[in-house]
Amino acid sequence: MDMNEIKEIFFQECEEQLAELESGLLKLNDGDRDPETVNAVFRAVHSIKGGAGAFGLDDLVSFAHVFETTLDCVRSNRLEPTQDVLKVMLRSADVLADLTNAARDGGSVDGARSRQLIAELEALANGELPQPAVEAVKAAPVAEAPRPTVNEEGFQPVAFSFDEFDSSEPPTIEPSTFEIVFKPKSELYSNGNDATLLLRDLSRLGEMSILCDMDELPALDRMNPEAAYFSWKISLKTDKGEDAIRAVFEFAEWDCELEVVLAGDAHAGAGEELPMQPVPFDLSLLDDEAPAAVAEDEDQSADQPRELHDATVSAAATASNILHMAQTAARATAETAKTAAPAPVAAAQAAGQPGASAATPTIRVDLDRVDRLINLVGELVINQAMLSQSVIENDTNGTSSINMGLEELQQLTREIQDSVMAIRAQPVKPVFQRMSRIVREIADMTGKSVRLVTEGENTEVDKTVIDKLAEPLTHMIRNAVDHGLETPEKRVAAGKNPEGTVRLTAKHRSGRIVIELADDGAGINREKVRQKAIDNDLIAADANLSDEETDNLIFHAGFSTADKISDISGRGVGMDVVKRSIQALGGRINISSKPGQGSIFTMSLPLTLAVLDGMVVTVANQTLVVPLTAIVETLQPEASAIHSFGASQRLISIRNSFCPLVDVGRILNFRATQANPVEGVALLVESEGGGQRALMVDAIQGQRQVVIKSLEANYTHVPGIAAATILGDGRVALILDVDAIVAASRGQSLKPEMTLAAAG
Amino acid sequence: MTYAAKNLTTGGRELIAFRVGDQEFCVNIMSVREIRGWTPATPMPHAPPYVLGVINLRGAVLPIIDFSARLGMKPAEPTVRHVIIVAQVNTRVVGLLVDAVSDILTVADSDIQPTPEIASDSERSFARGVLAIQGRMICLVELDSVFPNEEREAA
Repeated sequence: MDMNEIKEIFFQECEEQLAELESGLLKLNDGDRDPETVNAVFRAVHSIKGGAGAFGLDDLVSFAHVFETTLDCVRSNRLEPTQDVLKVMLRSADVLADLTNAARDGGSVDGARSRQLIAELEALANGELPQPAVEAVKAAPVAEAPRPTVNEEGFQPVAFSFDEFDSSEPPTIEPSTFEIVFKPKSELYSNGNDATLLLRDLSRLGEMSILCDMDELPALDRMNPEAAYFSWKISLKTDKGEDAIRAVFEFAEWDCELEVVLAGDAHAGAGEELPMQPVPFDLSLLDDEAPAAVAEDEDQSADQPRELHDATVSAAATASNILHMAQTAARATAETAKTAAPAPVAAAQAAGQPGASAATPTIRVDLDRVDRLINLVGELVINQAMLSQSVIENDTNGTSSINMGLEELQQLTREIQDSVMAIRAQPVKPVFQRMSRIVREIADMTGKSVRLVTEGENTEVDKTVIDKLAEPLTHMIRNAVDHGLETPEKRVAAGKNPEGTVRLTAKHRSGRIVIELADDGAGINREKVRQKAIDNDLIAADANLSDEETDNLIFHAGFSTADKISDISGRGVGMDVVKRSIQALGGRINISSKPGQGSIFTMSLPLTLAVLDGMVVTVANQTLVVPLTAIVETLQPEASAIHSFGASQRLISIRNSFCPLVDVGRILNFRATQANPVEGVALLVESEGGGQRALMVDAIQGQRQVVIKSLEANYTHVPGIAAATILGDGRVALILDVDAIVAASRGQSLKPEMTLAAAG
Repeated sequence: MTYAAKNLTTGGRELIAFRVGDQEFCVNIMSVREIRGWTPATPMPHAPPYVLGVINLRGAVLPIIDFSARLGMKPAEPTVRHVIIVAQVNTRVVGLLVDAVSDILTVADSDIQPTPEIASDSERSFARGVLAIQGRMICLVELDSVFPNEEREAA
């Protein structure tokens, strides 16, 4: 594994940490005061900083460092996480994400923005602390281990007495004593964890005594600076149970050897059973990042905290030399250990909720490998279908065992296919989280106060769908905040909460994913839309449109109800492009809007792009597949319904309206002359402009799910053809691009699709 | 599939020789993935006449080019006796319909003569050189220009 691969893993982890960070901050923003949430946020920034330090990403490290310091203030209850504070933090999270991306892709970041946030973060940290460690923090170059800062006010010795634990008060709740052996591997430190932090967390669970085993510590000249030599024997009396103990080590469980044993005798001193010569470990020293600072000071610890502290610092000066060598990777994290012991209440709460819910174990796999597997399974499905077909064709009576075997094979292949498809499925959470950033940015720009509520973010859908969902969603969210929501003043005047709400929900419905974007704004201004449509000659001035039809007008190209062009919208990229992107994904989009109450955009999307529901049709002896989502209805044209229009056009009358007929075989150049419509079947399809076309095909074979295969990989894009698939007989069938065919039937030249990114 | 002759001496480069009509051609063996029999192809709309269509190659969609038509000769009327040379051209895999595969040749670079000065640009563009072997003339084909990228992107 070379450096670049390791770096790539780091960036992948960063992405996860950033998502964790943002969701944690949002939880806090919603009033969640769970210390575990604060810890999770802190850990996220901390891990990014640790990793970034290892790769020498200085910009990232220095920003993360200041961020972390401020978060630490929150963690230690020195800073109240108010909405204002969280606003700064959420913006900081955005900058941290930008810095991470810049570090990965080599781009640059708006320096002024990050400098300003650094100033704001420092101000926050300073606000509650007259002379906190921020001074040292600012000066600390991250590659260097910061000197221990003596902070008299911040120093709070933990009230344990290790000499006396044998005679301690009998507890009111029946606690049990656990013997814990904690032996960190060097990975623990290189992953940015710190044994001292874990021990401190452990100390919050109950009464604890620690013995540090330094037996493995070699002579200085034989020491490997990257290795971990210390281990700890801990005796912990707690009523929280073993799970709570294990939860403390949850983040380090792969990086250490951990034994948690319930001691038979609750009063047995841990020291008596220890085989080696242990060095007692003073918890209060954790505050000074010198866990190895040794026993001489121990006796004084209870009543002479000041002296102890001084002594510790001098001891730390020598001890930390060794320590710092042993913990190179943990250096960047060291100053966090200075955190004063938190209030007992918080500690008790933290212990009461042992960690986040245990995550199911996962592995990271190259997408290529998964795709290869999916391809192979697709082949298996086709082969299975071919086999079934030939068995049916060569039907020899009385071979029911073959038929039974085939049936089982069919069932198995279908199950395998489903499971393989599920591998690619991922929750929509990352996209939703990205949207909260966009809401924040637009809200800042427009001076509106907006709350984004997300629901069903764990709804799973294929990765390709998730990737392609971000662009249309971004546009719609921008629209919702910019056009949908009123200004706070207007909202108050309308008797609403000045803070607007945008609700983003995802759920599964009948094999598709339905994503809903609702705002509680003013709704669509139908008068304005109507006027605009008349101005643009989209509708006649006296047209009588239903509310729904009026709302749907906003999907027309170049349609924007914004009065003036702003940075955010009105640059001609409208809902038409959004609709096209959704349709390109095989989805549909609907609007429902109530004046004064808001609008709801509902998108229904397929769960995967690898499989498509299609209508298999025959055209000029060729088998083609028409995506089912495009088809509104199918009908058998009668001669009386067909009307010629000019030299070559033909129209079909459907319920008293006339719809142009498009001969698919002719437009694809499969035959030279138009087929007789009466001999074929018409597929009524809806085109992107909202108009309808009747596609003429020769016959319908049936409806089935097909696996989509790329044409572009070995050939090239073909106008009118979206992709290819392989049918049961092993032959390739083409999948129609209905929109392109409709466009071609209008006489438009087929041009490359405009992308949202290019136009926005 | 049997090969008429094998000439596997050490050194030099190996070429696969094939026949189209009464002419012989060869391509570098390194770009050949496999050789398979003809299966009916699905025609592509708006394709140039030499693109016969696409077939299913173990799950991948493989375009088939009629080599004869590509060179401006008489289009093939594919039968079960025709073969498809599956070749890798840059990142793409393409099938080349030919009459038959005849030989695997091992030749030294010095055996390859420069393309004779002929008038037609199209013939010259797909020939990298010619080989004279036992009185036969075998044209070394430049696969890149048989499947010109620009042309396929414009198609």
